[in-house]
Amino acid sequence: MEIESGGRKYSYSDTLLDSEEGQVIEAFRAANQQPYPDPAGWLDAEALPANVLLTTVDRVINWSRYRALWPVAFGLACCAIEMMCTAASRFDIARFGMEVFRASPRQADLLIIAGTLSWKMAPWLRRVYDQMPEPKWVLAMGACGTSGGIFKGSYSVVPGFNLVLPVDVYVPGCPPRPEALLDACIKIHEKIQKDRIVRKGGSQ
Amino acid sequence: MTAALSAPDLAARLEKEFPGAIVESNADSLVVDSVKLPDIASFLKNTPELDFDYLTNLTAVDYKEHFELVYHLLSISRNHSLTLKTRCYDRENPTVPSLVALWNAADLQEREVYDLFGIVFSGHPNMKRIFLWEGFPGYPLRKDFGDGV
Repeated sequence: MEIESGGRKYSYSDTLLDSEEGQVIEAFRAANQQPYPDPAGWLDAEALPANVLLTTVDRVINWSRYRALWPVAFGLACCAIEMMCTAASRFDIARFGMEVFRASPRQADLLIIAGTLSWKMAPWLRRVYDQMPEPKWVLAMGACGTSGGIFKGSYSVVPGFNLVLPVDVYVPGCPPRPEALLDACIKIHEKIQKDRIVRKGGSQ
Repeated sequence: MTAALSAPDLAARLEKEFPGAIVESNADSLVVDSVKLPDIASFLKNTPELDFDYLTNLTAVDYKEHFELVYHLLSISRNHSLTLKTRCYDRENPTVPSLVALWNAADLQEREVYDLFGIVFSGHPNMKRIFLWEGFPGYPLRKDFGDGV
């Protein structure tokens, strides 16, 4: 069925659509020039307090969280290949209960951002992060996540994911080996194990 | 293995067809006058023993005093290739004839060159930006774009 568009090929102006999208990106870029502080307080936190009841409840909840951490699939560039490799049989992320890569952020707890983030993509990364339910954790994979990597100074690349969202663990490497990614996942596990339900989960 | 055609030999032949159109020819490439570019490209495509039926790649280089456009041509039937170049000395309003009428592959690649270098391809059916949005300030692959930090 043909849609009546008065002889035009499209019923909208794609030039107008383009410029409106550009305004969204430029506004996002202008609003995201200061990095979010790294939520690294857990590094110095004591393992668990001495209260018997709270300790037990915390331990059970944390155990259930870190033993079934579901990542959202967010592969942007070459790091995604290493992430897939980590999920495949040789390195086997299923050993940590993390093999369920979700296509929807609403079903995931861990955001593994694998690859180079451009400013054009950044608003949608932020949207995926906002759609994830609390508690949630963020893993920035590769040199691009730390600083922009080899693309630092480019007109189009975000120099560090912490300009867009708070990052729990950075993995160096270009791209990192699967072992490095697994090590970072274990760091996230350690962080979750130190979490207390009286604290706001994930964001401390 | 695809054989690269000898640009000086081809230049000698093109010089007879298009006097004064060859700017330079060396072992790597054939540089032609941009005004004669569509005629020469059409000749390269439609002459049976040359038969360049495939444009594999189209890009541009900013040499500060001029832009250089690079066309990588290939003949699938003859299994030979040629690097064709042309130059554009105008930085304010750089314009080069479009080759979309000859090779459809030029469509998106010419838009990319326009997007990143600001070179306008006259005769292109849809000359607008492709990766960046309408209203992006400047052309990022020009050498004078700024450090971008």
